[in-house]
Parts: sequence; C-alpha cells; structure tokens
Amino acid sequence: MSDIQTISGHRGLLLEEPLIFEQSSPGRDGIDLPEAPPLDLDRLGGLARKAPIGLPDLSEPQMVRHYTRLSQKNYGIDSGFYPLGSCTMKHNPRLSEKVARLPGLADLHPFQPQSTIQGALEVIDLLAFWLKGLTGMPAVAMSPAAGAHGEWCGLMAIRAYHEDHGQGHRRRVLVPESAHGTNPASAAMCGFTVDPVPANALGRVDVEAFKAKLGDDVACIMVTNPNTCGLFETEILEIAKATHEAGAFFYCDGANYNAIVGRVKISDLGIDCMHINLHKTFSTPHGGGGPGSGPTVLSDKLAPYAPLPFVVHGQNGLKLIEHAEEVEGARPFGRVKGFHGQFGVFIRALAYILSMGGDGMRQASTDAVLNANYLLARLKDVLTASFDGPCMHECLFDDRFLKDTGVSTLDFAKMLIDEGFHPMTMYFPLVVHGALLMEPTESETKETLDGFIRVVLGLAAKAKDGQVEDFKAAPRLTPRRRLDETLAARTPVLRWKPGANSAS
Amino acid sequence: MRYLPHTESDRRAMLAAIGISDVEQLFADVPVSARQAASFDLPAGQGEMAVERAFTRMAGKNLSAGCAPFFIGAGIYRHHVPAAIDQLLSRGEFLTSYTPYQPEVSQGTLQYLFEFQTQVALLTGMEVANASMYDGATACAEAAVMAARITKRPRVLLSGSLHPQYRETTETFLKYTELEAEALSPDPLGMEDLIGRIDSRTACVVVQNPGFFGGLQDLRPLAEACHADGALLMVMVAEPVSLGLVESPGAMGADIVVVEGQSLGMGMNFGGPGLGLFATRDKYVRQMPGRIVGQTVDQDGRRGFVLTLSTREQHIRREKATSNICTNSGLCALAFTMHLTLLGETGLARLAHLNHALAVRLESKLRAVKGIKVLSQSYFNEFAVTFADDIDATAIVEALAAKGILAGVPAARFFPGWPELRPVLLLAVTETNTEADMDALVSALNEVL
Repeated sequence: MSDIQTISGHRGLLLEEPLIFEQSSPGRDGIDLPEAPPLDLDRLGGLARKAPIGLPDLSEPQMVRHYTRLSQKNYGIDSGFYPLGSCTMKHNPRLSEKVARLPGLADLHPFQPQSTIQGALEVIDLLAFWLKGLTGMPAVAMSPAAGAHGEWCGLMAIRAYHEDHGQGHRRRVLVPESAHGTNPASAAMCGFTVDPVPANALGRVDVEAFKAKLGDDVACIMVTNPNTCGLFETEILEIAKATHEAGAFFYCDGANYNAIVGRVKISDLGIDCMHINLHKTFSTPHGGGGPGSGPTVLSDKLAPYAPLPFVVHGQNGLKLIEHAEEVEGARPFGRVKGFHGQFGVFIRALAYILSMGGDGMRQASTDAVLNANYLLARLKDVLTASFDGPCMHECLFDDRFLKDTGVSTLDFAKMLIDEGFHPMTMYFPLVVHGALLMEPTESETKETLDGFIRVVLGLAAKAKDGQVEDFKAAPRLTPRRRLDETLAARTPVLRWKPGANSAS
Repeated sequence: MRYLPHTESDRRAMLAAIGISDVEQLFADVPVSARQAASFDLPAGQGEMAVERAFTRMAGKNLSAGCAPFFIGAGIYRHHVPAAIDQLLSRGEFLTSYTPYQPEVSQGTLQYLFEFQTQVALLTGMEVANASMYDGATACAEAAVMAARITKRPRVLLSGSLHPQYRETTETFLKYTELEAEALSPDPLGMEDLIGRIDSRTACVVVQNPGFFGGLQDLRPLAEACHADGALLMVMVAEPVSLGLVESPGAMGADIVVVEGQSLGMGMNFGGPGLGLFATRDKYVRQMPGRIVGQTVDQDGRRGFVLTLSTREQHIRREKATSNICTNSGLCALAFTMHLTLLGETGLARLAHLNHALAVRLESKLRAVKGIKVLSQSYFNEFAVTFADDIDATAIVEALAAKGILAGVPAARFFPGWPELRPVLLLAVTETNTEADMDALVSALNEVL
C-alpha cells in the first residue's frame, strides 16, 4: 500500500481522520439548548469557573463523520472472524440491544421508590435465577462490574468467611502458573499472598505439587476451568476434595465457562465460588473494552457474605436490600461499586439467555467445543499443538512450528490481519513458548473456519518457505502499520496539546 | 437456533474430520459424575417476538423517568442524550470489538480514547487521565489506594461530603489491606473540619465537589493543608456537567480527580454501567490504575495510537500490579466523549448554566412552600431541603410517587441510623425539567405537607 501516494492522504475507503481538537471552530454548536431562565445571583459560592476549559467546538455533521470514520478503523465481531483466545468473541445479538433501550428499562433511576421499579428488580432476579440454575449454585452476587471485579468479590467473601470463623490467618492463595494476570492481582487486593502452582506435562494442574502446597494458612485456590490452555482440569474433583479437607475454598475463574455452560453444573465440581463474565459466555458486547459484568456464584457457606445490594422476595413483591440490618443472617463483606450492578448488561445477557434457553445453551457450548476441536484437528499436523486433544472451547499452539524460520508468533498474527482476520491471543498462557491461543466460539460457520484454516496453513507454508520479509512487513493493508510501542512508552504522549501532536 | 449456524450435516462433517463419531467424546475429560445427560430443568429457548414481549412486560411494571416530573440525582443524573450518540454507539465496529490489544485494527477505539483522555484532563484541570474505570465509586477506591502507594502512608480520610456509596466502596476496597479508612459523619451543612484531622499518617483526603448534599466548597485551603503535611488531595465529582460552570478541582490544587461520567452520553440505565474518569498529575502517571492510550508513529512514520505504560497492569505485573482491572468501560467512554464533542466548550458552558439556573428557579419556588427549608448554601444542580416538624422525607417521596411524581431521594435511604437526616431530601434539576414539572412538584408538596 505504501507505494500508492494520494494528494489527500486518504486511500479510498481508508480515510484519514484528524483529532477533534484539530477540527474546532469556536462557537460552532453540536447541540441546540433552550435559553436559561434569567439568574440574578448564582448559588455557586464564589466558585464560578474563570478560565475556559479548552474543549473543541464541532457541529453535528462533523461529529457524525468523525466517529463514523473512526469506526471504520476498527475490527469487530461484526466485521469477521475474531478467534481471540480466552475472550469468547461470540455474536452479539441485536435483540439484546433493542430491549435494553426500552424506556421502561433504560430510563430508570437507581434510587426511585421501589414500588416504581419492580420490573427492573425482576430483570435482576430472573437473571440470578438463570445463573443459579445453570451453575447449580445456591446464591449469586450480582453487582461486580467485570471478571476481575468478580474475582475480587469472591475472594473478599472467602476472606470474610475465614475472618468470621477464627481463620483469619489463612492468607495464602494457590494460583496455577497458567492463570490470567487478574487472579494474582485480585488476590493481592484482598491482602493475600500468591503461591504459584506448576502445570504438569499434560497442561493441567500438577496435583501432587498442589497438594504439597496445601496447609492451614491457605485461604483458597484459584483455578480456571477449563483452564487457559483450553483443557478441562481432569483431576478437578480430587483438587476440590483436597482443598476442602485442608479447610480452604475452591475459587474458579469462570472466564472459560462458555465451554461447559448448559452441560456441566459448577456445583458438581466441588467449586465454592465462580465469577461469570456476562460479556463472554452470555454474549453482551465487549464494546472496545467494556462495560462488562461479573456476577459471582457462591456456595451456601459463602452466600451470607455476598456484598450489598441484593434482591430478595418480600411480602409486597421484590425488595432491594441496601443495608445489612434489613436481612437476618446477612453478613455482607461490604459494597463493591455504586448503585445496583451493571443493569444495562444484565438486560442484554437475560435477552440472550431467554432466546437460547437451557437447550440452546447446551448446544452453544457443544458447538463451541466442536469448532475448537475442528481447528485443532485440521491445524495440528502443521502447527505445533501444545497438548493433545480433545480440547474444550479453545485450542493452544506454540511456536515450535516457526523454529528457524525467522518468523515469530507476533509476525504470524500480523500476517493474519492482512488476510482479513483478527489474530488469536498471542504469548498467553505463559506456560508454553510463543503461544497462539484460538477460540472460535459457536457463532462461526464451517465455511468461515475452513477459510481461516486455509489461510493459516498457507501462511505456515510461506514461513517455512523463507518468506520472512513479508511477515516482518505485515500488516500492510491496515489504516496503520505496526506501531512503535517502545517510543510510546519511553516518551509518553497521553493527550493532545496545542501544536504538540503532529506525527514528527 | 438463530444464533447457531451449524446444520446437522456440518456437525457430522466436522466430527468426521476430528475422527470421532459422537460429540460427547469431546467431553471425555469431564468427570462422569458431573456430566449432565440432557439440558437442565430450565425453560427452552424462544424467538425474538416472545423475548421482546417478556421485556416489554417487565418494562411496563416500572415508572420510567420520562413519564413523570423527575427530580432524582444523588450520583446519577438524567440529562438529554442527543440522538446521534446512540446511533453511532451502535456501530458494530465499536460495539463488537475487544480491548484494543492489536493497534493496527483498533485505531478507532484508540483514537477516541486518546481524545477522551484529553477531554477528561481538560475538564478536571489535571495533566493526564486514563482510559476509564468501572464507575465513580470504584475509581474513588482505586484513587485512595494509589494515594497510599505514592505517599507510602496508610490512612485515608473520607469527607462527609462523599457519596455514601463511594464511601462504602472505598471502605470495602481497603478492608483487608494494610490501609485504613476514616470516614467522617454525613455533612449536609458543610461544617466538618478536615484540616484538623490531617496528620503524618494521612495518605489523602477525599472530598466530593459538589458534595453529596449539593454544597460547593473552595478546596484551596484544604489543598494547601494537605500539601503542607505531605498528603494528597483527592477530589470526587459526581456530576461532570458542573465542571462547565464551576472551578475545576485541578485549579484548586487537587492531586487526583475522579469523576462519575454517567451524566454525559449514557442515560441512567438504573445506575449501571457507570463510567469512572480518573485524572492526575504527570508525575503520578506510573502509579495510575487502568489502561492508558498514548500517541506514537507507525512503520511509515504516520501518527497512530497504542495502549501504553502497561508495565503497571495485571497482565504483566500480576500480584504487583497497580490494580486488577482489565475490562473497563470502553463503550461508556465513547458515549461520554461523543456527548462532549457535540457540546464543546460553548455547549457545555451553556448546558451547565441552564442546569444551575433551573435549580435556582426550583429553589425559589420551594421557598414559597410552607414547611420546607433549603439546607444547601451553595450548589450546582442539586440541593438538600429539610421538612419542618421532623416529617419523614421517605413518606413524602412515597406519597408523591403515588401521585406520579419522582420527587428526589430521601437522605435516610443511605443513612438509616441517622435520625437527624430523616426529614432531609435531595432534589436534582437538569435541562430535562420543565416549568410544568416544577409547578407539579410544588403543588403536590403543598398538598401533602
């Protein structure tokens, strides 16, 4: 592409777009507002702003074009195949978007009198019913705002339980080396120390090493299941048993719940606590990095420690409990965020659940696992699979197949961009070298998978054929080519300032 | 099932390629005792019409704000969201993309976040901002932890001006850490003495401006006192529209500013999702939680944007990260930045002025109602009133709700253990309120009092 020069800098449908700050003309309006009533004296206590803020003034047509052009520089699930491992990039149904915008649900304030929001509480209660029914767990804390927030919520409940039972000295958390970075980070926020557990040659928790680490100072274990290698923890019942015998809890990271939803009840695995990413398993849009929602299911032992607020069935309908004193036996560890949880996300997840039903959910996890195994089967003779199958909803390869080609995992991923695909997850999990983690999800057709397989095999052949320069130069067909991340970190430019943001 | 594209023949062909005959073989690693033979005892899936009907029915059980004179605030504000925002927000390239880890295919997200960071820094009067947190409450808690990290001091002083749910969230975040929170009593009249409580163990003082009860405060003396003692001043703003008219926290000496951004672009959504804005001084940037977007150049020397300074974050630093946050509020940040782009300098000032003038107008109308006293000496678009003779504000609100008026939030909802707050009511006014709304409120109050 770089050999084609245009006068404008635009390249056909690849339109250059300046920053909003570079398009301002002071006094332009994007919104017409009514006249304010006359004000004799303000009530600002002498704190009226003196200097201008420095915001740019644009009109509505400029604004619409700006964001339309920016959107065209993004790749979404709507654009194409997005096999980003561990992220569950499945189709986001538009019905969910439509019902979330019903004024009777969207235009509600969290502090309206409860008699005026019974339908909203029903949304929360019905979603909780489904999450409990699917996992087999007796309780769910609805308010965490994302997966990591749910992890922290679950660990707080565990810590609160131990403190309440004279076990406050339990401060060590066992976390497999393959865990998401959020696991140890969440543990640290609860005042826990992290003790890593190695994996065995089969990509699972090394059960003997794990057992050796148990002790009466262990608060809980945090295990992702299926794990980040895309494998079911075959010894999970043994792990749960040993954990409980040691007086500790079993926290499960539910990031990969999509592999087993509707097929396996969490309660049958000896798990005490698991967060659910509604923005993964239950199809709510990732939105370029949120909002998410991370309801956390809890066992009977942990249920009393669930944070405020929560919904109960009362005499006059549903009741939102905002203070511990209102419910006998409640020992909430606190409050995890403002208001009542990610309600807008709840609506979308519930719309998906009602659309799928118990049967549809089972078919979804089945197809997700089928798709991943199909990729594994078709690619494993050329790419190097890190572990034997069957895998669950994602399949893991490492970079042995690129050995001596000069092509890295990163180069390979960037070539996929030019081929019209979003890359897989790279360099995670850390337990294999140069990881390529592919999660196709159940949303993809066989034709899409076949097209992807054809490209991956073709690129592997190209790499082995010594066409390394092509890989190093990729991507070439994107709005921007590889970006200098070292420069960004070494000389941080984190905002626009007048005259300071030109490329050179 | 409409979201699942495979036909039975697709599935058979794929199983054949895998070399097995039954899909159940793929689940062989699941312990036998945990395999459920069929779908659980849960309802079957439904078509679009049936699902839409279910939601319409639930929506019908609510009194939506647009159907009533509406004066509720307390951290969530009902502003008009221009039509263009939701239309653009719904574009699949924004809606269905992931966190922008692959910058070459995410320049749209990265550029709007860079613009967002700039707007947040300008609005708060700070030097640098991150790409968002979950909401104001969690951002407040994370800011307190950050202040302790910077000052290496353990004590966080929480003003009585702070929203009680921000306070509770912050206390919960600190609960099992080595840090301690000291919270002052609710302070509707702005009488508390924070300066006298700062000592050598104080990491930061956390105040809200405008305060939870509406009051505005000149923070400069507090900032000076904090800095004289080596503590940081952290300012929480629950209503960002106020910053169009009120002196910014940065101009008054704040070190960290945290804002609940829901007011702009997003609508109320029963309080979630929210949007945490987080801004600070350049010198503290490496202590900030959350994603940060930075400018750089691509291989051809063209300006572009990437996620940067990620050595602070959990995916690199694990238990030593500045926070565990991963997914944040990307799409909410987009709504916020789009609204602010439409408003601009001119529009935001006008919107803020309109909000304030309407609130003053309601206050003047309420002064004529017998049995009500306005408590707030200063305010932006929300103020506290108290009812005479210890009348229960909750009962008033319920009585007005029965008349189809959503008349603010009783302070007792947050402070059940404080009998002196029983008659106190918070009333918010925005550009969405009409003269008729205010007259309806006044006349209904006259009836019940």
